[in-house]
Amino acid sequence: MAEKVRVNPITCEAHGMCAELLPERITLDEWGYPIVDDRALSPELVSHAQRAAQACPTFALLVERERRR
Amino acid sequence: MSTAIAAAGPSAYWYLTRSSGAVALVLLTLALVLGIVDVGRWSTERWPRFVIDALHRNASLLALAFLSLHILTAVLDSFAPISLLNAVVPFTGSYRPFWLGLGALSFDLILAVIITSLLRRRMGHATWRTIHWLTYASWPIALLHGLGTGSDVKATWMLVIGIGCLVATVAAVLVRISLGWPDRLAQRGAALGGATVFTLGLLLWLPGGPLGNEWARRSGTPTNLLPHTTSHASSSAASQGANR
Amino acid sequence: MTVSERIQAPQLIDETAVPQGGESTKPPASGLPRLLEGVPAQGAMGLREHLDTHGELPPARRRDRRGAGALIDQIEQSGLGGRGGAGFPMARKMRAVAAGKGKPIVVVNATEGEPASLKDRTLLETLPHLVLDGAVLAARAIGADEAILCVCESADMGLARAQQAISERERLPGQWPRIVLASCPQGYVVGQESALVNHLNGGPPKPTFTPPMPFEKGVRRRPTLVNNAETLAHVALIARHGARWFRELGLTDQPGSTLVTLSGPLAYPGVYEVEFGASLTSLVEAAGGTNKRIRAALFGGYAGVWVDGGALSKLALSSAHLKPYGATLGAGVVLLLSEEACPIAETARVTRWLAGQSAGQCGPCVHGLDALSGTLEQIMHGTEGSHATERVEQLVGLVSRRGACGHPDGTVRFAMSALEVFDSELADHARHGRCDACARPSELPLPARMPSATRTPTAG
Repeated sequence: MAEKVRVNPITCEAHGMCAELLPERITLDEWGYPIVDDRALSPELVSHAQRAAQACPTFALLVERERRR
Repeated sequence: MSTAIAAAGPSAYWYLTRSSGAVALVLLTLALVLGIVDVGRWSTERWPRFVIDALHRNASLLALAFLSLHILTAVLDSFAPISLLNAVVPFTGSYRPFWLGLGALSFDLILAVIITSLLRRRMGHATWRTIHWLTYASWPIALLHGLGTGSDVKATWMLVIGIGCLVATVAAVLVRISLGWPDRLAQRGAALGGATVFTLGLLLWLPGGPLGNEWARRSGTPTNLLPHTTSHASSSAASQGANR
Repeated sequence: MTVSERIQAPQLIDETAVPQGGESTKPPASGLPRLLEGVPAQGAMGLREHLDTHGELPPARRRDRRGAGALIDQIEQSGLGGRGGAGFPMARKMRAVAAGKGKPIVVVNATEGEPASLKDRTLLETLPHLVLDGAVLAARAIGADEAILCVCESADMGLARAQQAISERERLPGQWPRIVLASCPQGYVVGQESALVNHLNGGPPKPTFTPPMPFEKGVRRRPTLVNNAETLAHVALIARHGARWFRELGLTDQPGSTLVTLSGPLAYPGVYEVEFGASLTSLVEAAGGTNKRIRAALFGGYAGVWVDGGALSKLALSSAHLKPYGATLGAGVVLLLSEEACPIAETARVTRWLAGQSAGQCGPCVHGLDALSGTLEQIMHGTEGSHATERVEQLVGLVSRRGACGHPDGTVRFAMSALEVFDSELADHARHGRCDACARPSELPLPARMPSATRTPTAG
């Protein structure tokens, strides 16, 4: 059951820390907002993703379990 | 034991409380300035956003550490009658009650801001943000406390630090306004006005206030601690008092 | 049954037709009109006349699990899909809400924020009891004790007539569940499901992102059934006449009839009831035909897609038929644009309006739609250089699925389809800048306030 990252676009205020701390999955668009690659996180990336989520000042970055439908 | 130390010269606590107070002011200013200009989303290769954010948080925590030292040593120092209660409940002391009280008030505000920030995941973002704005009040109050209570206020180094912090903060406010914050023109005008009024008020007040004559007496130092009212029996304390 | 077999000229009713005399309960008509049966030329159909036209409602019995289950089964067999634009299967939605924790609640969405749509206002102003019946039936079926009818605050006549109809029913005994009228702010995204629920919960009329979804916890944290007003009007008739009757019109995959707002240079633009699969030509004929040559048609409203005028004669009104063109009916909106208009100017103007209608919560939407509007305006003035289309494509990629709701996606889809369909005008503007038609009064409607659907005749 893999994990992936997601952004809450309403709370996101384009602080940009997530892209610095998880460049493997997040890049910033021309306005500073995150473009998220929602591929599953490899095990080594999970701790980086959690750090990035902790760093987000508005808690907009979410690390979630993939939901099986 | 403390009297013997007092007889020999100003106590270590007295030096510690003054220096830790000054350091706390500098650190608080650093934290505040970083917070004010955060809207500019400034960063470089060497200083990415998450580092600047960590700097902001760590500066405030370190400031709290120095503030705690500042309070503790002020309480422990035997010269001025400052109790722990006076340090956290504003305007309850007998030593320069108003000016010391400002320090207690500022400390309470800073404590509220830091505690809510540590617990921010448990409250709504809007609530956290509203409380965080108390920093805009806590800083000028801290500065006024330092100028009003501080015994080094006439010293050049202290004035340089104080004015330096003021300049840094006002500059940060100007930067934020120029970036278009707050949203509405009227609000930016108010921010600019507030900063101007505070700065001018401060500069006009200083010469006749803390930098003027007999500030120790006028600011509420208990009469028995003032230089010319002490009896011969505690003349050494008196000579220290004259130096404060 | 293939699509082509079912394309037939429907029996349409003109909204200005004289109503037939008051007959007592009649058997259901085998064709059209259904919803618009007996629609009055002026005023709203009163309760007595409504019951005479369509028949009485089955008596309300609380805790009638079997009856409730039977209705949802009927709706499932009828294949009724939502009429608010998404077409979500109604029975599935009802079951999901009924299965939620807590007492369900029904929300009737008659806010109709789409400027080019008039059908919901028409229902409120002329046939409110159809909508109220449907609300009450749906509420009983899912175990709800309340239905909230949401109407745009500037739709004066709709609000007044809805309140009148509710009061009319309250005077009779045995009316249950209760219906409450709620006035909602005017805005394109206000009718979005989570935005509406947010507003009813005392928050801003803006979409939300965090779970739970309204069907689980919506208004007052209760499982909430949000439905378009027309969907519930169909429920009112299915409850009386059954699923098989409902399926006598339309297509296997898209059964029944639907209301379409047809506007543009026509003799009688307005709201029509058609069966799914009817040809666009037959609808236009029923509207008295066009009085100008048509450059293109916009399907689905301002979040929809343009189709070139040349293809229109082949088109039928169904998802299957419109899909090859990338289009859907959406909330039943068909807008015809004449050859006299400048489609670039019209698209730029509407896109700028759509950008302004953003809830303003998500960076990619706010910035992206602003950038898109700017690019379209540059295209209109011929100042953008040769890379405008690439820029729009880039914005489509930057904006899609990066907001909390579908608003930015719809807007970029609308703009992109315009650049594809209006390629000759695009090239023309690139070479010569503004054309003569740019200055003409606009054909695509944008609201100042929400006018009455039936009070003033629409321009012909």
